Amino acid sequence: MKKHWYDYLWILSVLYLTLGFFNILFAWLGLFCFFIPLIISLGFGTKGYCNRYCGRGQLFGLIGGRFGLSRKQDVPRWMKSRAFRYGFLIFFMSMFLLMLWNTWLVFAGARDLREAVTLLWSFRLPWHWAYHGTILHEGIAQFAFGFYSIMLTSTVLGLLTMILFKPRSWCVYCPMGTMTQMICRAKAGPEGKAAAEKIEGKAVPGGGL
Amino acid sequence: MGEAVGKRRAIVDQSVCVACGCCVKVCPIGAIEIIKGVKARVDQTKCVGCGKCVKECPASVIEIQEVKA
Repeated sequence: MKKHWYDYLWILSVLYLTLGFFNILFAWLGLFCFFIPLIISLGFGTKGYCNRYCGRGQLFGLIGGRFGLSRKQDVPRWMKSRAFRYGFLIFFMSMFLLMLWNTWLVFAGARDLREAVTLLWSFRLPWHWAYHGTILHEGIAQFAFGFYSIMLTSTVLGLLTMILFKPRSWCVYCPMGTMTQMICRAKAGPEGKAAAEKIEGKAVPGGGL
Repeated sequence: MGEAVGKRRAIVDQSVCVACGCCVKVCPIGAIEIIKGVKARVDQTKCVGCGKCVKECPASVIEIQEVKA
């Protein structure tokens, strides 16, 4: 199959995770992974980011698929339920807000900078080697540590489910994927839904479903 | 008249589709598209029922069914 430039975006994902080991301030670049999918879904009403550009998805596809580091089993039924997907999105966003709050505390001078990366919202890993000071406020660095924690945590979770289930099973419960699908659903509205179902009905021979 | 043997086609359970687009990428004949970022749709006139999308789908929401031709 013909490869496009965007089929190599997994390299950026690897680079991002690697750079965080050397200078934590690079973690700020991860905001692209938050804003681009939102902009695409809000602006165009598509999941173009998931469908084409998501480097993380490509990375899981590569390691789990091409390199075969996956059992390639079906995800459990509950994992694809809306309850779990929305629940995980809410949990993820709450942790994100908590991270912003902790960043704010450092900005406000109420708390000292913690040079650590928290894995799976629980395990604090020393990460001081990747911090060489900043000419800006220490809060900038606190956000970087917090944001990198989120990115590393979601990568670890994704790798876990990649091994246990299908390579890209992270995509099933990825908070950004759930959020952009919600946005697209809202944008498509009942009108879009009806149109899609009409085409679907026509396209199924014998009307089976 | 219709053939005696049913044709194999990919059918998406759209209620649990996450619209990730993995099936679109893997489909060798470009028979699948994501509609409005909400769900995948298989063009039943193009689909040959090879089952690549079934294997690829992270949520395992696609299956091959025999449909009457």
